[in-house]
Amino acid sequence: MMETRILKKQALGTLLERIRGGGFRVLAPSKNDGHVVFKEVATLADVDCEAIQTTLSPKAAVFPRCEELVNYTFTAKNVRIEDHEFQATPTVLFGVRPCDARSLAILNSVFAWDVKDVFFQKRLEATTVIGMSCTKADDYCFCTSVGGSPGDTSGSDLSLTLLGCGDYLAEIVTEKGRRIVSLAEDLFGPAGKVNKEELLPKIPAKFDVKELTGKLPDMFTRNEIWAEQAMRCIGCSTCAFVCPCCACFDIQDEASRQGGTRLRCWDSCGHGQFTLHASGHNPRHSQGDRWRQRIMHKFSYFPDRLGYIACVGCGRCSRSCPADMNLLEHLESLVEAK
Amino acid sequence: MEAAQSNAYRPQLMRIDKVVEEAPAVRTFRLTFVDESVGRDFTFQAGQFGEYSVFGEGESTFCIASPPTRQGYIECTFRQAGRVTSALASKDEGDIIGFRGPYGNHFPLAQWEGKSLLFIAGGIGLPPLRCVIWNVLDLRDRYKDVTILYGARTVADLVYKEELEGWRKSGNVKLVTTVDPGGQTPDWKGEVGFVPAVLEKIAPASENTIALVCGPPIMINRTLPVLTQLGFTAEQVYTTLENRMKCGFGKCGRCNVGKIYVCKDGPVFSYAQLQQLPPEY
Repeated sequence: MMETRILKKQALGTLLERIRGGGFRVLAPSKNDGHVVFKEVATLADVDCEAIQTTLSPKAAVFPRCEELVNYTFTAKNVRIEDHEFQATPTVLFGVRPCDARSLAILNSVFAWDVKDVFFQKRLEATTVIGMSCTKADDYCFCTSVGGSPGDTSGSDLSLTLLGCGDYLAEIVTEKGRRIVSLAEDLFGPAGKVNKEELLPKIPAKFDVKELTGKLPDMFTRNEIWAEQAMRCIGCSTCAFVCPCCACFDIQDEASRQGGTRLRCWDSCGHGQFTLHASGHNPRHSQGDRWRQRIMHKFSYFPDRLGYIACVGCGRCSRSCPADMNLLEHLESLVEAK
Repeated sequence: MEAAQSNAYRPQLMRIDKVVEEAPAVRTFRLTFVDESVGRDFTFQAGQFGEYSVFGEGESTFCIASPPTRQGYIECTFRQAGRVTSALASKDEGDIIGFRGPYGNHFPLAQWEGKSLLFIAGGIGLPPLRCVIWNVLDLRDRYKDVTILYGARTVADLVYKEELEGWRKSGNVKLVTTVDPGGQTPDWKGEVGFVPAVLEKIAPASENTIALVCGPPIMINRTLPVLTQLGFTAEQVYTTLENRMKCGFGKCGRCNVGKIYVCKDGPVFSYAQLQQLPPEY
């Protein structure tokens, strides 16, 4: 049985202070140029947990948009690789929605199978997730259709749920979560009887995900479906960049005359150049082919290979799509397709 | 846990010891590890590939074109096409480039001992098979008949011209070269015609034979039906896929075809295995 406590509402600010005092940087939802995104916060006044979702997921904390893989300098007729051991900054991700919290294990499955990705692994190890249950949802949310729920604690180390009185129910999920509590034992009182379910929004499942994953392998050649679904897609890849589960990346060099850096940057299967060969041959030459890859990878290949559906139903792709494509609608229509 | 602590993206430095101009815009580099101890420990098998890089420009994926039976160096053959291969092409003997690898699976050569081998290559598709060819020639008594059918657009586009001559003269292999109609020179002694048509004409026996096919997609697509017609089963035909890649070890997502990653589960596949994949390569 998970240990539960009560965190008084006026203690939240002090908790953040103690966490920062414990040597962690704190990344939390915060207003930034009209959007709410995860960024480093100094005090509770910087935190904005009102939004249903941040515009960008917190994945950049463990998988930055652009990061250095190798640094090198040029010498007269030679190259020198700068070897230094990568260190991750101890980080607390605060106010993470349950869907986003679940996504970290999904990302990890990519970076941890077979060859280990040291950058991702060290960042994840150095990260503690303080989750925040949802108190509201919108029409884009579909976590319950893909195995999540608005009060799910599975991806969090410490999970907070806002109670009617303004206090928080604190569920200590992992040892990392316990360490956070130990930084501020005095702030966590004993929990009485709480019916958590009553505090959460009701999000009915919109489709049967087992039916979807079961059907997809036979739908590869249904080109008419993929072409129709992708009719509006402009291949901008906003969906992949806001997605907490998308892990595809590009590797590029940037250099001056003195030296340079080999960088890893987010990439997306929605881009026409993603699979383009030097010869001009492109295995996925239409946007329909690329949309099919997006769906197939998340809901068929990924679960087949790594055991997870690579979607947590956060709805960001649909909220952000400049062409107003709605992933949920497309998934429902795939389940219904004859 | 040592693997978890090391940076899998860090390349090794390699020195270009020799440059061979194979054909217009096609070169072969012979490379040795700058760090000799890395070179001593380096092993690979026929069919594996690497990420070759020019510092400041980026990485490019090619097979290792030399055989594992020749130790102390590796070779790669590439066509100048994009940013990285153009930068590579500007490199000269003595220059330093980066290399990560070997990656991927390999041709099951040990399983093929006692069998005949039929190599079918088009254009720049010969380098991945050249690795296997030399491996087999270095262990010649373990295999039966070796036939090589190699075609290119024009006589000038044939790569490894000296080696082709050597193979022809060796008496160890049956070599058939061909160029596309119009690609021949007045003194061309080989065949004129597309690879699938020439294959039909020379009609090699399929019994106890493995066919290895590598070339542009159009050549592969037209060659497979001819092999079927000659009696080759899907289990007797192998190829190596050349999907675009970045990381080389199943992370970046680029070479994903169905549930497989070409970089981890390939690049070598039997035709029987390819038939299980969605047609997206």
